[in-house]
Amino acid sequence: MTDFTSAAALSDAPNGKGAAGTPVEDALRIAGRTFSSRLLLGTGGFPSLELLAEAIARSGSELVTVALRRIDPAARGSLVDVLFAAGVELLPNTAGCFTARDAVLTAKLAREAFHTDLVKLEVIGDEDTLLPDAAELLRAAEELVDDGFIVLPYTTDDPILARRLVDVGCAAVMPLGSPIGSGMGIRNPYNIALIREAVQVPVVLDAGIGTASDAALAMELGCDAVMAASAIARAQDPVRMASAMRHAVEAGRMAHGAGRIPRRRYATASTPNEGLPDFST
Amino acid sequence: MIVLNGESAPFREGETLEAVLASLGLTAASPGVAIAVDREVVPRAEWETFTLAEGARVEVLTAMQGG
Repeated sequence: MTDFTSAAALSDAPNGKGAAGTPVEDALRIAGRTFSSRLLLGTGGFPSLELLAEAIARSGSELVTVALRRIDPAARGSLVDVLFAAGVELLPNTAGCFTARDAVLTAKLAREAFHTDLVKLEVIGDEDTLLPDAAELLRAAEELVDDGFIVLPYTTDDPILARRLVDVGCAAVMPLGSPIGSGMGIRNPYNIALIREAVQVPVVLDAGIGTASDAALAMELGCDAVMAASAIARAQDPVRMASAMRHAVEAGRMAHGAGRIPRRRYATASTPNEGLPDFST
Repeated sequence: MIVLNGESAPFREGETLEAVLASLGLTAASPGVAIAVDREVVPRAEWETFTLAEGARVEVLTAMQGG
């Protein structure tokens, strides 16, 4: 289910790129690409490109989403320049697409613009919830996989749909914790854990992360990575939140590998009773 | 006339995409740009020679912040 080793769980040496010395052997692997960071960063919502650049650096993220929109000749600064300077890999999304047809065309244009086969596939069902349209999503995923794309679909927390997406060749699945931008955290942790058991590809918790504890929970549930966008970009201090998310993802990953104690309804003394003095007389 | 990013633009039939790019301050070498004409991707290698039909719907796209 996971390649997390006990050696990695115990290692605290600063030999990797992670803030707490994430061991290199615990790298995230998606379709042959290797990332030492398990935090994916969305670029939407940052008040400025300067803040975005600083947040990327503090998050440690190596895989960063980007959208494709009509060019604005009056736009100041170049997002592409900022992302290239940061040395991150681009993950173009198909945000705003409501049909498989539009999503496929958008993915092809993104491949042309950014020279990458990676695509975060979003096919949205309605404006109010921004929930995925399962039927259109599956159709688009199949078409893009057939066209050579490495498809990372934004999907519901449905283990069956996740399995169907992997069956058509998706390289990872990105189930939502709760609606995009809602900050509601993980509404159905049991389903997220079921998805982790249902598929053999990386599971990236996407959407709904509100704060660091949500990201840690995702990792404790066994997710392979977390994607955060609004939670960082719209925080009062995005750069500090980027750092918090980085540590939360690493802590959650370590806790998952370390193996938590079982939940009990009654107390279990952590101090032994042997040698307890008798003060009754 | 063509429709460039949703608005009428005074390009005549037979003009190339390169002329359209120039009107936006771009060249065929500008990074992070993609073009669709009538819902078809036009590869970068064809931008200098691709000629426009009357009423062509041209979308010139680039990177924007987005999750």
